[in-house]
Amino acid sequence: MLQPTNMDHVMDYLIKQKCKDDNWGETTTAVTGTSEHSLSQEDIVRITKDLEDSVGLDCRRYFTLTLAVILGLLVFLTPLAFLVLPHLLWFDRLQPCGTACEGLFISVAFKLLILLLAVWALFFRAPRASLPRVYVFRALLAVLVLLFVLSYWLFYGMRILDSQDENYQGIVQYAVSLVDALLFIHYLAIVLLELRQLQPCFSVCVTRSTDGETRHYNLGQLSIQRAALAVLQHYYCDFPVHNPALLSASKSRAAKHLAGLKVYNVDAPAEGPGNNAAAAAAGLAHSQSRAMIAAAARRRDTSHNELYYEEAEHERRVRKRRARLVVAVEEAFTHIKRMQEEEQKKAPGDVMDPREAAQAIFPSMARALQKYLRTTKQQHCHSMESIQQHLAFCITNNMTPKAFLESYLSPGPTLQYGRDHWLARQWTLVSEASVTSGLKDGTVFLLKCVDFSLVVTSKTIPYIQMSEEYIDPKSHKFVLRLQSETSV
Amino acid sequence: MSFIPGQPVTAVVERVEIKKLFQGGNLILGFSIGGGIDQDPGQNPYSEDKSDKGIYVTRISPGGPADEAGLKMGDKIMQVNGWDMTMVTHDQARKKLTKKNESVVRLLVTRRSLEDAVKQSKGGYAQQ
Repeated sequence: MLQPTNMDHVMDYLIKQKCKDDNWGETTTAVTGTSEHSLSQEDIVRITKDLEDSVGLDCRRYFTLTLAVILGLLVFLTPLAFLVLPHLLWFDRLQPCGTACEGLFISVAFKLLILLLAVWALFFRAPRASLPRVYVFRALLAVLVLLFVLSYWLFYGMRILDSQDENYQGIVQYAVSLVDALLFIHYLAIVLLELRQLQPCFSVCVTRSTDGETRHYNLGQLSIQRAALAVLQHYYCDFPVHNPALLSASKSRAAKHLAGLKVYNVDAPAEGPGNNAAAAAAGLAHSQSRAMIAAAARRRDTSHNELYYEEAEHERRVRKRRARLVVAVEEAFTHIKRMQEEEQKKAPGDVMDPREAAQAIFPSMARALQKYLRTTKQQHCHSMESIQQHLAFCITNNMTPKAFLESYLSPGPTLQYGRDHWLARQWTLVSEASVTSGLKDGTVFLLKCVDFSLVVTSKTIPYIQMSEEYIDPKSHKFVLRLQSETSV
Repeated sequence: MSFIPGQPVTAVVERVEIKKLFQGGNLILGFSIGGGIDQDPGQNPYSEDKSDKGIYVTRISPGGPADEAGLKMGDKIMQVNGWDMTMVTHDQARKKLTKKNESVVRLLVTRRSLEDAVKQSKGGYAQQ
């Protein structure tokens, strides 16, 4: 405890402390200024979410994979085991069986081959997504296969291994029946997993919450999580890319509405017992907001006028820039020409490959393109590098200037842009019903990502009653229409 | 009011006498006609039998001579001044009605309510 009155003591103490830790100046870190890699709050949220979720999902995927491999091995080795075990255990007492058995061996071999190919075709595919809950049908099928194989083993163990049956042909036929039943279970798997949802039953309406982009899709009978997966795959291909820069105008208008009014409370709040004060405060807030709404309605608001003229002006500006851009690009494309094969051998002078050609003509159109992108608020979607790459691509494939410009004049689907613009790989499914339950009429669920959410509603396609009516081709007869009315 | 081809047509008719009115330089009767053997009978809204090609009253100007004489919309005209109207073209019917030297036309018209009234009175009589 320092005594502040004795300054000498204080100075001594401080000097001692400094000498103890002589090199503290070298080990302190100095902030040299802002670094180039600055992270916004959203980026931090996104990174932490990615980190904490990737670990859990990998575990689940490996778990499912090992289960599947074990089940597959069990299924394929069981018929072979049924055939081989009698030979190993009681070879001397087995009845030799001739041609009939050999025929059955061939059929077992081919059926197993077909089963192998079919399982490879249906199940051995790279997973497209990781869903929140287990895929119910697949789990049920796995359980069914397991129970089936176990019951066959049980029967085999009790009736054949225990009693050491000598009728080898019967054993071979038993193995063949197992393989047949496995093929039928595979047929069941195709029907449940693939065929059932092909026929469209529901029409879902997908709306993006920030700018109202809406699309309609037809889906079959799916569970909610699989329907969400289908919707997201369509989203990446169909919806134009989410552009937050376009939403700032409406936000500023909303802010202006609220900023115009201030509420002053002239009467003092009523002094009463505890619960009365809370109710009075709530009632006060209620009346305040009502007063604000009434005042806003009465005020002569000219913001609609501003919006109209602003939008007309913006439209004019965009069209002017677009005209300049089109002319600049067309002129730039006339500067280069594709060399033919014969010319290539003759003059190896100033020959360029597509990338160099793109770099050569890019500066003449760069300014017009940049101005156009700024006006339509798309400048963050396209980098210089990507524009030059696209230009080289168009030149290589003999595309016209109009074809080159098409990707800049209108916003394309999200997949066309670079990876950083996909803007969400992590989606959250928000649903009131269980996500493994099926889609029904009037189901509503949300797909949330960091910047926006997609609202999905489903409606059933109605039951159609169709009847037939036969028209005799000879019954198509016509008369002239005459109908006059005369006044007398 | 339906007819069997080849058999004579029977109908309960009402006699209507209309005095022509001189208006606007013409003698007018104050109603409009539709139908005729050269017209499409299926478009007649007043006929019971849609193959009936007779002449029907399609419109009556209120307060005109026809209205005062008691002609009703939807009446089928069977005779005009003795001339038959059941098998005439539209133009022939118009000519028979608008002869300049006649100031009065005597029509025989039939309508569904006449038939019903006769049937009702016959039925009532039988019950008595």
